Order: sequence, then C-alpha cells, then structure tokens
Amino acid sequence: MLGPDEIRELSLKANAVRRHIIEMVYAAGSGHPGGSLSATDIIVALYFKLMNYDPENPKWEDRDRFVLSKGHAAPALYATLAELGVFPVEELLTLRKVGSRLQGHPDMRKLPGIEASTGSLGQGLSIANGMALAAKLDRKLYNVYVMLGDGEIEEGQVWEAAMFASHYKLDNLIAFLDRNRLQIDGETEQVMSIEPIADKWKAFGWEVREINGHDFKEIVDAVDWAKEVKGKPVMIVAHTVKGKGVSFMEGSVHFHGKPPNDEEYRIALQDIDAERERIFGGGP
Amino acid sequence: MWEMASPRVAFGKALVDIGRENSDLVVLGADLSSSTKTSYFEKEFPERFFNCGIAEANMMGVASGLAASGKVVVASTFAVFATGRCYDQIRQSIAYPRLNVKIVASHAGITVGGDGASHQTAEDIALMKVLPNMRVVVPADAIEAKKATRAIIEADGPFYMRMGRSDVPTITKEEDPFEIGKATIMRDGSDVALIGTGIMVSQALKAAEMLKLEGIDAMVVNMSTLKPLDEDTTIKAAKRTGAIVTAEEHSVIFGLGNSVAMTLGEKYPVPVRRVGIPDTFGESGEWNELMVKYGLTPENIVSSAKEIMKQK
Ligand SMILES: Cc1ncc(C[n+]2csc(CCOP(=O)(O)OP(=O)(O)O)c2C)c(N)n1
Ligand SMILES: [Mg+2]
Repeated sequence: MLGPDEIRELSLKANAVRRHIIEMVYAAGSGHPGGSLSATDIIVALYFKLMNYDPENPKWEDRDRFVLSKGHAAPALYATLAELGVFPVEELLTLRKVGSRLQGHPDMRKLPGIEASTGSLGQGLSIANGMALAAKLDRKLYNVYVMLGDGEIEEGQVWEAAMFASHYKLDNLIAFLDRNRLQIDGETEQVMSIEPIADKWKAFGWEVREINGHDFKEIVDAVDWAKEVKGKPVMIVAHTVKGKGVSFMEGSVHFHGKPPNDEEYRIALQDIDAERERIFGGGP
Repeated sequence: MWEMASPRVAFGKALVDIGRENSDLVVLGADLSSSTKTSYFEKEFPERFFNCGIAEANMMGVASGLAASGKVVVASTFAVFATGRCYDQIRQSIAYPRLNVKIVASHAGITVGGDGASHQTAEDIALMKVLPNMRVVVPADAIEAKKATRAIIEADGPFYMRMGRSDVPTITKEEDPFEIGKATIMRDGSDVALIGTGIMVSQALKAAEMLKLEGIDAMVVNMSTLKPLDEDTTIKAAKRTGAIVTAEEHSVIFGLGNSVAMTLGEKYPVPVRRVGIPDTFGESGEWNELMVKYGLTPENIVSSAKEIMKQK
C-alpha cells in the first residue's frame, strides 16, 4: 500500500523528471517529449518504489532489470536514472551532443544503468525474454520489467516474443504497455488498429490488467499483484496521456518527436512548476 | 582422395563437448535443430536449449537478453534466415551492444541443393561482415568446424559462423592450429596464390594439383576468418606470387574476393580474379551439379589463375 507521503514523494520525482525531459529536448533541439512524458510516472514508480535496485551499483547481478523497448522515450529513463544518482544530473543536458553518453536512443555500452540498446522498435520484449530466462536458469529471483509503446506493438516480433514468454512461463517478466493512443502518423486506431488489445495479450497466454498509468497507487498495486502471478507473464495496459504534464503537448500528435520552441519552452516549464506548487500545497 | 565429413555434425558434437565444460552455454533453435545439429545439445542439455519456434527475430532478441545476463549464446538456423530475416535484430540487439552471441548458420550458399533459391544465400557473409563488432568465420571442413566452434565460444563478443549443408572433403588435420583471424598456407607456391574459404579451399587444392601438371606453382591459402581478414598473409601471398585468385561459395560482390581485393588495392596492388557465385539467385539441383553450373569448380579456378598470370 502506498501512503499519501509516498505518493507525494513520487509525484515530486515525476515532476522533476518531467522538467528534465523538457530542458533536455529543448537544449538538444530534438528528441521525443510526448512519449517520454506519458511514460514518466511508470518509470519513476519502478525505480523509486518498485524495483530492487542499487543506484551505486547498477551492475549488481541480482538487480531487477528495466528494458525501455520504446527507446525514443530515453529522456524519461535518463532523467530518472540521474535523479536516482546513477550518473550526475548535470550530464542530462548533453543529450544528443557529440561525445555524450546520452545517445538519442539508449546505448547499454555507454551509460551505466541502461540494460539494453533499443531504438529500433519491437525488439525489447525479446531481450527482456532472454533476461527473464537467464534469471530462471540461474535460479535468481529478480524481475524483468519492460515498457512497450502502443504503436510499437504493431511490429510482428512483439507477438513472436509474446508467444515465447507464455510458452516458457516467464512469470518473472512484467510488461507495461504505454497506451497513450498515439503514434507518429496519428491515432493508433487510425494508423493500425490494435484493439481489443487486452484480449490479444490474454489470447497469447498473458495475465492482463488495465490501469491509469498516471496514478501511482494503481501502478504500485498492479505490480504488487503481478509479482504474485505464477506461471504466466504479465501485461499491464497503462492508459496514459501522450505529453502528460505539459498543457499543449497533452494528447497531441505534434510533440511526438519535436522539441518545444522558445515560447513553448517557457509555457512548458510554467506548467510543470505550477504542478510542483500544487503537489507542495497539497491542493487539487 | 579425401574423406568426406559434415561440418554441421562436427559443430553439433562440439557444442555438446563444450556444454559439458561450460554451464553458461545456452543454445537457441528455430524449428531447425535437427538440420543445424543443435539437436545433439538439446538431447544432452534440455534445460539449456530453447526452441524459439519459427520466429527468428525473437530468437536474436532472446539471445541478446541472455548474453546481457552473462550467458554465452549460440543461436542457430539456416544461413538465409539467420542473417537476412533478422538483420535488424542482429544489428541493433547483438552487434551494436557487442553482446556475446554466436550466430551459427548451416545450409549457406548454393550447396543447399534441392530447396532452391529461397533457401540458398549468397549474401550472408556480405550482410554480416559489414556490421561493426561482428566477426565472420567460415570453416573449411569438419575438423575446422569443431575447432572454430570452440574458438568463437571462447572469444568474447558477436560472431557469425557459416557452414553448408553438404559433406565436404576433410583437408585439415586434428593437430593443425586454428586461430581466429589467421589464415593457413595449405601449400606453398610462387606463380599464383589461390585464396579460398569454406568448401572452396578443397577446390583450390584440386586446382593447384591441376596447375602443377601444367608446370604452374600455385600457393593455396585457407582464409577461415573473413573478418577480421588476415591482411598479413594476404599481402605475403601477393608479394610472393604477384597474382591472386579468390574462391568462395558466396556472391562475388561483397565476400572474400572483395575483402582481398580491397586490402591489396590499398596496401599491395596485384591483379586479383574472383571465383564465386555470380550476381544471380540460385536454383534447385544436386549440389555438385550446381557447383558446376555456377562456376565453383577447380577448372574455373585453373582458368582464372592462367588468365590472371598474364596480367602480372
Ligand atoms: C522499427 C522502427 N520503425 C520505425 C521507427 C520510427 N518511430 C520512432 S517512434 C515511432 C512511433 C512509436 O509510437 P508508440 O510506440 O506509440 O510510442 P509513443 O507513443 O509512446 O511515443 C516510430 C514509428 C522506429 N524507431 N523503429
Ligand atoms: Mg503511443
């Protein structure tokens, strides 16, 4: 169970991560704010509450793993790892610059804390399968978390991986679907309909739960439940808002892969700082 | 004159031997384990063999995740699927993160035979050698296949190892050294150097015998690692003979001949002639008949050698 103080702590962390995301993509002049902001609350909940993880020792072999299959949301992961202390917060502003460890998409060989080099969509679930399988082989108790985009799951490989995970009963695998309803060319249901998405995962042999992906209590409850599931992988379909936390980015297809301009940058930071005040004030 | 033996069988047996010593070895298959001979490993170590079904892309990703968790992984299927079907998965999830995955393919090249062009790949070496971090090994016979299997598993990082379907002449000896990145001079000679890989090394040896009857002294080199190429031996052969013929059961466009010609072009230019599969798809047929039809014979090497010697 998550108390009000913990919810406040997580909300503040998520708020800080959102501020970093906007600052990073603005400074880089490119990047993906929309899908980073929709994924933020889940990634923050994982690293700050749910995962067994030691920021001082990100290679600790018993750690829980998180694979960001939708690698373009890298800013959310980088900002979370920096807030956690895995590397210095100041480094965030080097995103996408020559020589930086913060590549446009995650590079596991460059930056500590990155578990898989992703960016080509559709591959992370397979990688997570391999990690979960390794845990079984080594009789280790760690869990493997993975996050997929709702456009990403149009890739056929995802469904190969879905079959594999249930066939080999990978119950140490917990997946999130960032169901923000948007991809690049528009709404998923217009570009390529994925519904009924929960039924599809169930049909592939997964346990499925649907949650509000911006509600820390629901995120934490869902993972607590998922850890108890035996003999099956779990998919948590998280209903989210693309661009969450920045007024003009929310639900907008335009900020998938575009940074804010100067004026938009100012408004975005205002929105995020107002939310911070609200969390502090305990207001509505 | 040589005994015939199967490289893929030798590979399958070697995996079992290595599996006994190395409990971190995990093997993946894609519904072709009886063909790639990973079935031997499956039988011996069922808990460390995983059939991924007919889903090669996922197999490469699973290999990536296992390797990222400390396993040494052999992922095996036919060469055409192992490389072309999941090129992007190999690129993104194995080569780029430099993970300890060994992609071992059988049924490469035209010697697949009856299955025809859909199953014959003359492009696999090209696809793999252009990938950063990827090394490419092509054993010449069953003995080398056994040694190469051990070598690529013992060396850290990604490898592509290619074998054919057919039995091939055993031209090396158990006691011969095998080292990744080192070519072997199978026979010395001063008039022309025949540099072969895989099944074409034995063809080059036959060609050298035929050339000898005509008074031509041919050197034969077994280039069992295509990447990194043994540049020293390549240049040494060029210096000694001044004329090179390459021989491979792969497209002439971006295989062994290309690597040798580029190396020599930059470092020690001598005339080079490439024997290999021309820029075309294959077809069904008996494998030895296809070798003839597609120009992979000792006779082709002999005529290329004579032509190239005129350019010296
Ligand atoms: C294999 C592949 N194809 C295309 C792209 C280009 N691309 C990057 S993000 C994206 C849309 C992703 O949509 P979704 O998964 O819904 O992500 P989110 O909405 O969470 O940002 C596309 C097509 C890619 N990175 N990889
Ligand atoms: Mg989306």
